[in-house]
Amino acid sequence: MLDEPRNTQEQIYDSGIAKGAERLTPEKIQRVIQEMLAGEAGARLKTYVETCVHCGLCSEACHFYLSNDKDPRFSPAGKVKQTIAEMVRRKGVVSVDFMKKASEIASTECNLCKRCAMYCPFGIDVAFLMLFVRRICHKLGITPQYIQDTAHSHSATYNQMWVKDDEWIDSLQWQEDEAREEMPNLRIPLEKEGADFMYSVIGPEPKFRAQLIYQAAVIFNTAGLNWTMPATPGWDNSDMCMYTGDNDMMARIKKAHFETAMRLRVKKIVMGECGHAFRSIYDMGNRALGWRMPPVPTVHAIEFFYELLSTGKITVLRKYDKPVTIHDPCNVIRGRGLHEMLRYVAHAICEEVIEMHPNREHNFCCSAGGGVINCGPPWKMKRVNGNKVKAQQLFEAKSKGAVTCIAPCHNCHGGLEDIIHVNEIGMDLKFLGDIIYQVMEKPEQA
Amino acid sequence: MNDSSNWDWNPGKRLIAPIGAWAATYGWVEEPVMSADGEQVAAVVKSDEAAFAACVNGEIWEASFDRVWNLRFTADGRLTGLVNDGGMWTVAVDGQAWESTFEYAWDPRLPANGGPIACAAKNGSEYFAVLDGQPWETTFSNLSQLATSLDGKHSAAVVQTVDFSEGDIFKFQEGCYSVAVNGQVWKRNFMNAWDPIFAPKGDRLATTVRLTLLETTIAVDGEPWPGTYSAAWEAHFHPAGERVTAPVKTPKGWQLAEDGRILWERAYAQLWHQLYSPDARRLAAVVAPRFGRWTMAVDDQPWKTTFGDYVSDPVFSPDGKRLAAIACQDGRRTVVVDGTPWAESFDMVWPPVFSPDGRHVAARVKQDDRWRIVVDGRPLPEAYTTAWDPVFSPDGKYLLVRAVEGSGAEAVCQRLVRPLNDIRG
Repeated sequence: MLDEPRNTQEQIYDSGIAKGAERLTPEKIQRVIQEMLAGEAGARLKTYVETCVHCGLCSEACHFYLSNDKDPRFSPAGKVKQTIAEMVRRKGVVSVDFMKKASEIASTECNLCKRCAMYCPFGIDVAFLMLFVRRICHKLGITPQYIQDTAHSHSATYNQMWVKDDEWIDSLQWQEDEAREEMPNLRIPLEKEGADFMYSVIGPEPKFRAQLIYQAAVIFNTAGLNWTMPATPGWDNSDMCMYTGDNDMMARIKKAHFETAMRLRVKKIVMGECGHAFRSIYDMGNRALGWRMPPVPTVHAIEFFYELLSTGKITVLRKYDKPVTIHDPCNVIRGRGLHEMLRYVAHAICEEVIEMHPNREHNFCCSAGGGVINCGPPWKMKRVNGNKVKAQQLFEAKSKGAVTCIAPCHNCHGGLEDIIHVNEIGMDLKFLGDIIYQVMEKPEQA
Repeated sequence: MNDSSNWDWNPGKRLIAPIGAWAATYGWVEEPVMSADGEQVAAVVKSDEAAFAACVNGEIWEASFDRVWNLRFTADGRLTGLVNDGGMWTVAVDGQAWESTFEYAWDPRLPANGGPIACAAKNGSEYFAVLDGQPWETTFSNLSQLATSLDGKHSAAVVQTVDFSEGDIFKFQEGCYSVAVNGQVWKRNFMNAWDPIFAPKGDRLATTVRLTLLETTIAVDGEPWPGTYSAAWEAHFHPAGERVTAPVKTPKGWQLAEDGRILWERAYAQLWHQLYSPDARRLAAVVAPRFGRWTMAVDDQPWKTTFGDYVSDPVFSPDGKRLAAIACQDGRRTVVVDGTPWAESFDMVWPPVFSPDGRHVAARVKQDDRWRIVVDGRPLPEAYTTAWDPVFSPDGKYLLVRAVEGSGAEAVCQRLVRPLNDIRG
């Protein structure tokens, strides 16, 4: 029975879902679902649900399905059948337990990676359907705890890591001081109106990965670019509200980001190596506000590094000598088509690139994306075990000699790190910026 | 704004400082800033190996600091900066640091007139606002979105009033934030509070508040409007200070509400940044009449001309009869006045400036990395390394251009007063 929790895996307790569900009634569930079906769903949802012929072509595209012994309940069509299709069929008359399970499926068993949409003969976008389920769960207050907490951080601080206003500026100045030990004239120009570029990052950079800001500063300074970073809220380009279905908050934080760039009158936003933030800036967040495209042209770090290397603004002193493999982040590869630029950059900075297979737009997700890793520790092993195919890909690349995996995305790093650790693969993980910083010609070396 | 009638409005060009030569003296010179009257130009420079100060018209501050940043002039010509000395932060005004120092100080707010300067600050885990060096008596575990009244005498901020652990989502949803005005916190807590804004006289304050995950509204002096919406943007006071408007998201779309009631019946794909004309007779806002098309609406009537990228920075003429904004289409920016865009577009445009009689509009623009001043759509012939916003004289006969000419060691900062008749001729 669909109303009963599945017992194929260990029951996982998540207080966001469990305690949230204590406040639900069947009547409230029915009202919210019916409102959503009558309102936001539109023809798109109806078309998708009615068009699916259960051909199963999407199944082989999904790492959760492949990694869970091809259990059909983990197939994209199976996830639809267990969630939104049933809500539609029953006109919202579903139980509290059904909704708890629907929240779990939509938030922890689908990375919204859109790989399945490429293999569906009708182009059904299951990511859209799972996001719709998450939006219903948001309206019912049964979003997993950790990602809900991140959404709260966005709402209170305009960044995803509870970074306070002073901590952000202090971190930038700290990194500037550190970098001046290496490049005495280096600057991280704050609030420089009229600069060509605004560099924007995600919340974890000042909190946990401050060296990435250091490295970016060295790259910008070496390339001689006119750049700035904001000293106000709006600096964070990330967006977990996009993944909790809190569309109004997604719009609010994206407005803050774009209006910061517009206030500084920069020509372009350069984003750090983050995939989901790119999706928010380039697709969902901007459009939630009414902007067909980003109001300030925005490039992902892959495009930025490609531009710097292909125009000679930065040069490579000595290529990275360990063989590398490439993980293609879904949101900038399937979402933006940057796979060839990524390979240009990888080959420009590394001696040897060993391809993972399948790759480019056919690559498998890291299983962290779509907010799944942000659902936190309760769901970690389900996430890692749900991507044995990625572990297999990494093993195969390693067997061909790859020592390092390049992943130009923060969430991919988190996901791959867990996969590598749990499966004892023994592989280094790097951002492009890590390697570029290491191999580039710096002013004192010129 | 500051009274400009006593500024030097004699036509002609005057050198303010040969700033290109500063590099030879100090080695380290950051981007310059210029006072509104064009009489002072300043930049952060290195005063010795590890100390920084501001250089103003070639004269360096007597005091130097471990770090100086966010250098800006107030409207009445005081040079302010955030300074760090021995690990403690404060604000320096014309080279004189406030006596009070803090573990961190940031977000300086400069008054439109000659009032106090405010900033946010913290000591340990205690956050507060500071006015002219005087901290609030009350402190909070977090403070953000500092706002000041027009005269600078009142300050407010969003503050955290209830501590909660990261991950305690249900505590957060009970409401742990509020607004403090001059250090006095409102009685009611909210899940979120955003964009506090004072009434023109500084006696009232409005802010957007989220009551639950799904209910947002406007609170005025701590009291929420009776109705709620799925979203709302920044509130704005009527010039008389009695009424409050805010864009709200209703089932129809985005509409403008006033004191909790729908004021503009038309629903838009987007609506924000509403503003009153100085005489309070007209109310305008940036709107998207449909997805992906942007324009201005005045009293709920959108201009016929729309733009694909965005419309921003609207401003009424002093007499309230004309309205100008920045418009962007296909990555090219221009100024649009009363629905008619200038013929020429540019890489970048700064907010338009009206002449006192409202007949002329000027703006600084950037094209091919050179700044220019454009008046009524026609670029002046000179191109600059840097320029600041042009200023019309009070009688509207002259235009003050503040700019840096030349580059490198040859760069000079100058003020140029041009008769408007010459420009138009």
